[in-house]
Amino acid sequence: MKMLINSPQSVVADALRGMAAAHPDLEVDVEQRVVVRRGAREGGRVGLVSGGGSGHEPLHAGFVGYGMLSAACPGEVFTSPVPDQMVRAARAVDSGRGVLFVVKNYTGDVLNFDMAAELAEEDGIRVERVLVNDDVAVTDSLYTAGRRGTGATLFVEKVAGAAAEAGASLEEVAEVARRVNASSRSFGVALSACSTPAKGSPTFDLPDGELELGVGIHGEPGRERRAMMPAREIAEFAVGAVLEDLAQVAPADGPVLALVNGMGATPLLELYGFHAEVARVLAERGVPVARTLVGNYVTSLDMAGCSVTLCRADEEVLRLWDAPVQTSALRWGR
Amino acid sequence: MVAAAAAVEREAQWLTELDSPIGDADHGSNLLRGFTAVRAALDAQDPAPAGPGAVLQLAGRTLISTVGGASGPLYGTLLRRTGKELGDAAEVSDEELRAALDAGVAAVAGLGGAAPGDKTMLDALVPGVAALGTSYRAAADAAEAGARATVPLQARKGRASYLGERSVGHQDPGATSSALLLGALADAADGAP
Repeated sequence: MKMLINSPQSVVADALRGMAAAHPDLEVDVEQRVVVRRGAREGGRVGLVSGGGSGHEPLHAGFVGYGMLSAACPGEVFTSPVPDQMVRAARAVDSGRGVLFVVKNYTGDVLNFDMAAELAEEDGIRVERVLVNDDVAVTDSLYTAGRRGTGATLFVEKVAGAAAEAGASLEEVAEVARRVNASSRSFGVALSACSTPAKGSPTFDLPDGELELGVGIHGEPGRERRAMMPAREIAEFAVGAVLEDLAQVAPADGPVLALVNGMGATPLLELYGFHAEVARVLAERGVPVARTLVGNYVTSLDMAGCSVTLCRADEEVLRLWDAPVQTSALRWGR
Repeated sequence: MVAAAAAVEREAQWLTELDSPIGDADHGSNLLRGFTAVRAALDAQDPAPAGPGAVLQLAGRTLISTVGGASGPLYGTLLRRTGKELGDAAEVSDEELRAALDAGVAAVAGLGGAAPGDKTMLDALVPGVAALGTSYRAAADAAEAGARATVPLQARKGRASYLGERSVGHQDPGATSSALLLGALADAADGAP
């Protein structure tokens, strides 16, 4: 597998150097692997820190900036960051009003952020944590480490970031973040496996004529393999799975935020075509779509495929979603 | 620790291969990064750490600060807690090490919320440490048998758990690296380089 890298060992640091060079409004500590919004402590806002393995770009560092994250900690590829990074980030952004950790539900992320929260609190920083766990593909969560956190992370970070920007308290920011997570569900499909720089070849074998249903964002296989289907059938399957699960937490006629997310190697031509089918299925089922995003936001290196995330949005969530945002990967209204 | 680092260096590629079908293909490279840092941290200590307890605590802290993922906190906690139990004695008996490792394994189980049979590192650590009463080699053998016995299990913790039944038929990478470390302990006890 050919990759545009110097070496598997330097891939994360090299990307951070490039990010620093491209975005002067970010403070990038390449050595310690912390990306901070310049002036994060000015204005007395609640700090918003997220992080996770690298390989999901633009998540999370691409969402650092006005109206979204105060800082991000990128780990090694598909490996959670370490507590030292998170504590450094918390110190860099805490203005005295506390810090919210946005954590995707993977064992490593949870353990490292828990350790970091303990250390930050010893430093006198108030910390709240929100766990993102939106993936409906994990059905028997009693027997797993719980549902995975995937596309809803973008919704949580945007809405909570807007709340923090508007001056909400730590408790208020955490509350709206948890509300967004509780009303969001995702489902992912893979048309190809991804290749990690460390391994240098696809993490699993997926023949041309087949697709994986219910994949996460770490190149692990999904729950089920089927013969390849046209986009319209994939959309019916994915949206159906999301709506079925969402029906248990919210009334079926409320407006939704919709995200059609590329896994990294699927072009926008395909993603928009897929979205046409998603929009059709939602219309047929009588689900009003309030806002839509189509693009690569929560990726899985060079995996081909996509995920669908829907969030049942109340008025406050919609207002916070529409609030201005200015980051390297998401920008509107400013 | 030197034997452990050498074992990880030797088997890193294999651990990563085991991590491909059910995980995310990085277990070997993550542990390699951690144990390379442990070697550097030990070399940088002047004077050298006072005893085995101090060495293990430094190694554990280093793993937590460099590995990330689940392996960092879990292996870091195993070594740190074991080292804390040993305290600052210059030498410890086999019996003291066994008791300390028991506490270390219990701390790992507490942190990860897993039990034997969940297809995790505990499937090697628990039988391995239980067999320490016989000999270090018996512990290494029991841990390896435990790691091999994870093949037919369905994962209930960690990233492999998301695969449900599809995790069956693969040896758990975490149990494998745990067996590797107990093997290194046996090698060190045998006086192997």
